[in-house]
Amino acid sequence: MTNEFYKELEELLESGEPAKDKLEEMWSNHKQKIKLVSPNNKRKHEIIVIGTGLAGASAAASLAELGYKVKALTIHDSPRRAHSIAAQGGINAAKNYQNDGDTIYRLFYDTIKGGDYRSRESNTYRLSEVSLEIIDQAVAQGVPFAREYGGMLDNRSFGGAQVSRTFYARGQTGQQLLLGAYSALMKEVDKGNVELLTRREMLDLVTVDGKARGVVARNLLTGEIEKYTGSAVLLCTGGYGNAYFLSTNAKNSNVTAAWRCYKRGAYFANPCYVQIHPTCIPQSGDYQSKLTLMSESLRNDGRVWVPKEVGEKRHPNDIPESERDYYLERKYPSFGNLVPRDVASRNAKYVCDEGRGVGSTGQAVYLDFADSINRLGKDTIEARYGNLFEMYERITGENPYKQPMRIFPAIHYTMGGLWVDYNLMSTIPGLHVLGEANFSDHGANRLGASALMQGLADGYFVIPYTLGDYIASNDLPEVSTDNEAFAEAEKTVSAQYDKMLSINGNKTVMEFHRELGAIIWDQVGMSRTAEGLTKAIEQIRELKKEFWTNLKLTGEKNTYNKYLEHAGRVADFFELGELMAIDALHREESCGGHFREDHQTEEGEALRNDEDFSYVAAWKYSGDDELPSLIKENLEFDFVQLTQRSYK
Amino acid sequence: MSSELMTLKLKVWRQESPEDEGRLVDFTLDKVNPHMSFLEMLDVLNEEIIKKGERPLEFEHDCREGICGSCALVVNGIAHGPQQSTAVCQLHMRHFNDGDEVVIEPWRATAFPVIKDLVTDRSAFDRIMEAGGFVSVRTGSAPDANAMPIGKVTADQAMDYAACIGCGACVAACPNSSASLFTGAKLSQLALLPQGEPERKTRVRRMVEQMDIEGFGDCSNHAECQAVCPKGIDISAIAKMRREYIRSFF
Repeated sequence: MTNEFYKELEELLESGEPAKDKLEEMWSNHKQKIKLVSPNNKRKHEIIVIGTGLAGASAAASLAELGYKVKALTIHDSPRRAHSIAAQGGINAAKNYQNDGDTIYRLFYDTIKGGDYRSRESNTYRLSEVSLEIIDQAVAQGVPFAREYGGMLDNRSFGGAQVSRTFYARGQTGQQLLLGAYSALMKEVDKGNVELLTRREMLDLVTVDGKARGVVARNLLTGEIEKYTGSAVLLCTGGYGNAYFLSTNAKNSNVTAAWRCYKRGAYFANPCYVQIHPTCIPQSGDYQSKLTLMSESLRNDGRVWVPKEVGEKRHPNDIPESERDYYLERKYPSFGNLVPRDVASRNAKYVCDEGRGVGSTGQAVYLDFADSINRLGKDTIEARYGNLFEMYERITGENPYKQPMRIFPAIHYTMGGLWVDYNLMSTIPGLHVLGEANFSDHGANRLGASALMQGLADGYFVIPYTLGDYIASNDLPEVSTDNEAFAEAEKTVSAQYDKMLSINGNKTVMEFHRELGAIIWDQVGMSRTAEGLTKAIEQIRELKKEFWTNLKLTGEKNTYNKYLEHAGRVADFFELGELMAIDALHREESCGGHFREDHQTEEGEALRNDEDFSYVAAWKYSGDDELPSLIKENLEFDFVQLTQRSYK
Repeated sequence: MSSELMTLKLKVWRQESPEDEGRLVDFTLDKVNPHMSFLEMLDVLNEEIIKKGERPLEFEHDCREGICGSCALVVNGIAHGPQQSTAVCQLHMRHFNDGDEVVIEPWRATAFPVIKDLVTDRSAFDRIMEAGGFVSVRTGSAPDANAMPIGKVTADQAMDYAACIGCGACVAACPNSSASLFTGAKLSQLALLPQGEPERKTRVRRMVEQMDIEGFGDCSNHAECQAVCPKGIDISAIAKMRREYIRSFF
């Protein structure tokens, strides 16, 4: 089938998952069957790890412990800067330390249901299974998780679950887990098993005989294009939320490494599945460079409301109870303020669309702690959320102990990413993709406190096994950087920078990025329509043309040049943005973070179409002037019953 | 504090390369909104510079929410600027007044050489961590997480020290350019926890020696580090480090 925007191919993708007899035995059976590499041979293999966030640092450290020679590249000046550091709320694990009935199956079930039945059962179950070991590992590294007075680990509850299974370190869980993985990485650097290459940006993947055998990367200090060879490449480069310009992602987060792999033949799966986080600090002006997230753990003790009346102008503390609408508690009595992120975000948009939004822009809702402060005391609330309250006050100048916070949704996480099989390998042999950069475990929506879990699961407990299988099963003769594939890749990336520097137009890269982001946010954001998406594709194409003819970039390429780096990334966001819109247009259903206005229930909830869309949409690049091709992986559900998600 | 747009006189450090001498360059920036963050103000300035066809200012930044430790500016002589317990990315322009002169410089320390403009090389911190800022536990070898009870007070204290973001403001503020607060924080975290016990002696010796190798000065109790630390790390970390160091010889 071919239409205006894409071609559909007949072939189907296979996950390579083991036989699905018993869910709880799949991973252990798989581990028993896959091949091992002997210690002598491991030493002969260099593994290139791109990115040093939770997935990359944990993978690099664990593979080095096993005896592989690892090269770890990061765009940052230190591995510890990776954006995993910013995760606040916590990490899930089915430890059942609370005796509240949690099991591995229940975590699996919550994740599948939370993902709106668009993830692979086998991957998600494995994720839940290894969650237990992640906590053990982190504690052994000295990660200072919150504890109870008896000395045992404390847990909190989180959106989308009815048990308390979230482990946390104040509001800095991502920081502490990343510092744990970073310390493990530095331990291996000290031993000489990892070569750490900071301030390097991967710009292309090099394949030899169809296998991923190296990368070219720009040295961000000297501008030199460097070449690295290896037996396999692990891409751990995070998500693509910065396509929207305004997001909670750090400014350096980008899609470039993943996108260049896509252009070398790795399929990109479900690009339209993005997550919008309900509790961010609202935008204050057009100079805004990013949005700040506050952990959704705040919803444990905060109550979300807006005034009942449109046009209410009173100070929130002066609005009596009877004139407030606690809309989440009203619409979803059993989950209340703890409904999943997509439901919470969409409902915030609805009340703002009705004109009941608050604050100077009307694009915000209240998150109110007055009841919790009365019930538990200010000290308890301060112990739980002190740093978040301080951060809020620092940014807005308002004190949330005395008046409700104002919050609004923002792009936060991307469930889509490079397609991988059960072994986390992409469609290019030898290219493995871990963490947020892959598409695998969260379906169409990710539950809170599951990103840290997935990044570390992939790095500590999956890839050390599955990479061995690839290495042992393939003939991997040494390759040299003299190979012409390296020269070709170097030429391509150099030429792109030369081109961008030579345009000398009138619009800065920041202006282009902001404009692109606004198009994607408006049409490929919280709520989507066929007309809007079609329009967005046109607008993105036009703006992309202008980018390549009217970009204003100064400075040189053979030196530190942040705006040049940025321009290269924005060039890729244009192409990705178009594919996101095409994917969203093709998926004629609503599921999780993908909400099509033409596919909703009478109550305004996401309406899936399991008959026609119970598949992973993987996109294949066919050339800059060719339409992308759609290739499906059918999702089969043998252990859970597909139901309409309900949090009422 | 006002909500009116402001005009600021900026004096910004510009340096082409590590070899270049460097100098303060004047800029006037008008229409500064008090709700902007300090880095957003620099973004706006850079847009003006680029439009004039000149090379923008280089400064390091990433998360812009005070946790990654990338941003590193000395504002009017104070590392991270005038607001306490705040990384400069979280400093907002409402703390300045119309007509203010604002001097912006990089971290200055022998062990943090300037790369370009406001960007410095802080890899010395990584090498201190590499010398011992870890527990040698292999992936997969850990016992159950609740097998080792740790009292809440101890765990909370360890977390206080673990909150360090590795920005280097402590070094920038210290008259001796000492890295003692940074190193002491990691050592204190691990010294408080039972997990840190087996490697306790080698850890402190190697990390302290690495500080010397990198060219950081020693601590002489000025406490400037504690005053500028965006995470409020307590100077008791340094006392703990000294105790740990002496203890390691017995």
